[in-house]
Amino acid sequence: MVGFASPLLLIGLLALPLLWILLRAVPPAAIRRRFAGVALLLGLEDKAQQADKTPWWLLVLRMLALAAVIVAFAGPVLNPKLGPKPADPLLIIVDGGWADAYDWPQRQAKAVSLLDRAALDGRAVALAQLTDAPQALVFKAAAEGHGRLAAMAPQGWQPQDLALWGAALPAGRFETAWISDGLAHSGQVELLASLQSRGRVDVFESDHPLYALGPASQANGKVTLTVQRLAQGGPATVEVIARGPDPAGIERDLARVKVTFGPKDVASPAELNLPAELRNRVTRFAVDGQRSAGAVTLAGDTLKRRKVALVAEAAEGEAMQLLSPLHYLRQAMNASTDVLTGGLADVLPTNPDVIVLADVAQMPPAQADALQAWIEKGGLLLRFAGPRLAGSDMARLAEDLLMPVTLRQGGLTSGGAMSWGAPKALAAFAQSSPFHGLTIPPDLKVRTQVLAQPDADLPARTLAALDDGTPLVTRKALGQGQVVLFHVTANAEWSDLPLSGLFVQMLERLAVSAIAGSAGADVLAGLVWTPEHILNGWGDLADPTALAGLAGEALVAALQNGPSAKVPAGVYRHDGMGVALNAVPVDQPLVKATWPLGVAVQGLTLPAEIALKGPVLALALILLLLDALATLALSGRLGFGRSTGAVLLALALLVHPQDAQADDAADQRAIAATQGVVLAFVITGDAGVDATSAAGLQGVSDQLIYRTAIEPLSPMGVDVETDQLVFFPFLYWPITADAATPSAAAYDKLNHYLRTGGMILFDTRDADMAGAGPTPEGQALQRIAQGLDIPPLAPLPDDHVLTRSFYLLQAFPGRFVEGGLWVEAPPPDAAKTDGMPFRNLNDGVTPVVIGGNDWASAWAVDEDGWPLLPVGRGAAGDQQREYAYRFGINLIMYVLTGNYKSDQVHVPALLERLGK
Amino acid sequence: MTLAPDLRARAEALGQTLPPLLAAAEHLAATVTLGEHGRRRPGMGDDFWQYRPARAGDALRLIDWRRSARSDQAFVQEREWQAAQSVVLWVDPAQSMDFAGSSRPPKSDRARLLAMALAVLLLRAGEQVGLAGHPQPPRAGKGQILRLVEALAADLSAPAQDYAAALPLDFVRQGRAVFISDFLGDLSGLERSLSQAAASGVKGLLLQVLDPDEEAFPYDGRTVFVSMGGSLAHETKSAGDLRGRYLARLAERKARLAELAQAAGWVYASHHTGQSATPALLWAYRALQGGW
Repeated sequence: MVGFASPLLLIGLLALPLLWILLRAVPPAAIRRRFAGVALLLGLEDKAQQADKTPWWLLVLRMLALAAVIVAFAGPVLNPKLGPKPADPLLIIVDGGWADAYDWPQRQAKAVSLLDRAALDGRAVALAQLTDAPQALVFKAAAEGHGRLAAMAPQGWQPQDLALWGAALPAGRFETAWISDGLAHSGQVELLASLQSRGRVDVFESDHPLYALGPASQANGKVTLTVQRLAQGGPATVEVIARGPDPAGIERDLARVKVTFGPKDVASPAELNLPAELRNRVTRFAVDGQRSAGAVTLAGDTLKRRKVALVAEAAEGEAMQLLSPLHYLRQAMNASTDVLTGGLADVLPTNPDVIVLADVAQMPPAQADALQAWIEKGGLLLRFAGPRLAGSDMARLAEDLLMPVTLRQGGLTSGGAMSWGAPKALAAFAQSSPFHGLTIPPDLKVRTQVLAQPDADLPARTLAALDDGTPLVTRKALGQGQVVLFHVTANAEWSDLPLSGLFVQMLERLAVSAIAGSAGADVLAGLVWTPEHILNGWGDLADPTALAGLAGEALVAALQNGPSAKVPAGVYRHDGMGVALNAVPVDQPLVKATWPLGVAVQGLTLPAEIALKGPVLALALILLLLDALATLALSGRLGFGRSTGAVLLALALLVHPQDAQADDAADQRAIAATQGVVLAFVITGDAGVDATSAAGLQGVSDQLIYRTAIEPLSPMGVDVETDQLVFFPFLYWPITADAATPSAAAYDKLNHYLRTGGMILFDTRDADMAGAGPTPEGQALQRIAQGLDIPPLAPLPDDHVLTRSFYLLQAFPGRFVEGGLWVEAPPPDAAKTDGMPFRNLNDGVTPVVIGGNDWASAWAVDEDGWPLLPVGRGAAGDQQREYAYRFGINLIMYVLTGNYKSDQVHVPALLERLGK
Repeated sequence: MTLAPDLRARAEALGQTLPPLLAAAEHLAATVTLGEHGRRRPGMGDDFWQYRPARAGDALRLIDWRRSARSDQAFVQEREWQAAQSVVLWVDPAQSMDFAGSSRPPKSDRARLLAMALAVLLLRAGEQVGLAGHPQPPRAGKGQILRLVEALAADLSAPAQDYAAALPLDFVRQGRAVFISDFLGDLSGLERSLSQAAASGVKGLLLQVLDPDEEAFPYDGRTVFVSMGGSLAHETKSAGDLRGRYLARLAERKARLAELAQAAGWVYASHHTGQSATPALLWAYRALQGGW
């Protein structure tokens, strides 16, 4: 089916009969020809009068050509998106949950095409993203929808309670285009019903198979996840990746496992058998190639098994096991932690998360110092009182570093045969206590305890107290770690606490034992959870901004029903505990949306509109050329003269498009560029600058060949508008003041180039004038860089890889020495680690390096390899040029090897070379 | 003396071409073997012909004593008869001769070339050669060649008509004449000239030089044909239609020329510039020597 962009032009076809008459009346022009024999011609009459009028077939040819031109300019379009022109406003609904993320661009494109269509039809449009809170919809001009659409992004949760949207719909009739993610959402049926009551509803669904990853759980050392898919026939295989930081803290793929779906399977388990060390580092799992929050599951603390070292006084001897101070602790922790037992000297080197000292009073000073250092690095020391502690002098006169409080002499026994009072019960936990919300068994009694000296700090350090106000559990922070003291024994000797379930819960709350994935509501409730990372719709971790702490109850609800706008998916933390809230809750299957009969469900693919203007114009041109040939033939000029040749040539050019040759040239170029490493520069159009760039890159290439294993071929110039960039690892881009801003297509190409690992060195060549405010080149660079996908930049830090990728450099001179270098800013949390000479900076390679030292001029060589342009003066100038070459070599090394020199493997060698 | 600028330019341009013309003419003449020059009978002349025994009536001074001394008989040396013919050349100076088909030299070039080559041959044979319409009488000798070349140049630089109207009317009696033209114009001038020639006992050649385009008429379509000088024009809607009738008229013209020539005792031949010049030259030379 063919439609027209501007059908009114077709009225021009009515003029064709007029043209017929005109053309018929005007015969072809006569040739004047000198001819000596004209004397013999005098008096000869023409027999036929045929050529007097243009022959009919020539007229038809011309009319066809003209008709083709008229039709072409009327903009014929094959498969036009035409339909009946509705007058009702259009509501475009996007689900906007994580399930939309994978093909979000297609969805946006669909929405854009709907907007364009509506703009053509003059319809008002409203846009709604169902993951937002229901809000009043206002129909506006379609053109205004583009901004709103561009600002939309898929969210890390699913639309919920759509019926509320039904209540928020505007009055009056409108049509709806629902770009659905294919999943059923609560209230969808109701919303659809209310939409249908207002007008037609079109549903657009993607045919992309949707995968979702359920939360991870572990048993017997195996990590199990469930990959779900929206029922789509056919076998499939996906890969699940476990990601987490490596020992250097760089996020890597730690493990991969293939998951196979049978033809009818909707869910398939993935099992990973990970060593404990690796498992503890896993922060999240993701389905490979599925970019959505649903295909990511955060591990939180689920997989972490804490290493707890239990240390008791050695003279345990042959005491009965039930009296052992460690027995109850072991019982409480065995399920969820890796328990070590041994002397302090034995367990400290294993770097446990928690060390439990049960009734240990004295320790050698060396061990005490080691223990203190361990705590200050984040360890949790959990101490229990006991007869020895009560009897020792520890923390009597002054506060011991390894004790949270100073203790009174002796213990307090209550309720015994020799005491006045009854055993004490626990007081309710204060709001600020980590135990807040735990239920206290009524029959829990404490008979004996050690007493703290009351002082100003005591109330703040008390986590739990008895009903008479004496502290039962105290805590103080020490460095990054903490020391917790239970004022009772770890066995049932002094109290019933170790026998109760409360003891286990208290240990969980103290993050002594990490909570399991299925942590009960009782553990979560009552606490305030602060989001640590938030999962956005794409499945990337984002920093939680403007998110307040969250009540445990809300988190419990979200864990069951899935995240929402108020409780987004992510990792929530309280003290040491981390809870992962995933986009796909446990045991929640993916349910396909069912649309009632009468709702047209269409794909996302845009009908391919084929504009016929070009071909029809070409046809017109061919007809006109044929007409020219025919006219030549009629007027007797059709020989092999010049004019005929020209027409034939034009025809040949038309039939044999230039593309073929252009393609050929492009192929040649591609082959040349891929024979080896080729440095490239951007052609600026300024012949002098371009020649310098070519000569400069030639100079660097020569030096690379002399000094390194890189052997580049001759440098090439590229035009960012027309040439393919992907062949070149490196682009040198000298900026001229009048540099043209690249076109949108060129920007696309450049951004793709930068994203896929290319690097551009922008050289404003104005470092000599850098002090004098913005230069024209600098402004041109700003103008050009605006459209580029460039990360935040910062002046080159001293420990950047670029300073040591081949030579050790701290200055980067070109023809000028004044200018600095700007590269991608290091991550804000990059910190120097002890024992590492460098910070672990960028994992990736900076996509751009910006400076103004006019390096190409310093590098430039002539055909014989001699420097082309003067740099500096005398020996200092030679040295400057040498350093310019060293910078070039470092840069190309950096381009080709990335952060290789950041690798820890080279630390010893680098240290040696640095002389440290 | 002032010359009109274009005249001077044309003369200079011709000065460039004359030596080549002369060279070409000499070259062309060299292709003709002069095996039959002279009259092959005793008569007045410079060259020795034969000895014969003296007969009664021979003047004493005719006796060749050197030959007679070798025998008892007196001998007389006879010379070959060398009647110097005077040949008048006429090359049509009209503009119609400037016509040239694609990538060919104009007819006038060929006509002048033939005339000069013929002149070279004739002068070598001892004839007297002159140009019609020029004051200098026909002369013999090599110097005449240069004079002829200059005279042809003068013809060329003179303003010309579309078609030659005036043909030479006064001839050297019993002389020979060669007319080289395309004979496309009015034939009345030719008729008059021929009758005058016949009256003067002059015999000669009509050499018609045509361009192959004039013989083939390879034109089509709507065309305005204009004569070289622009004085005549003929418009046709379809040139191709005229071809047959044009060719018929051309054949008729050729037949008429042959008829005129025969009536005056002349010889007619047609030559066109697509051919080599040699056969035409040979024909003309033979015809001049030929049996009259």
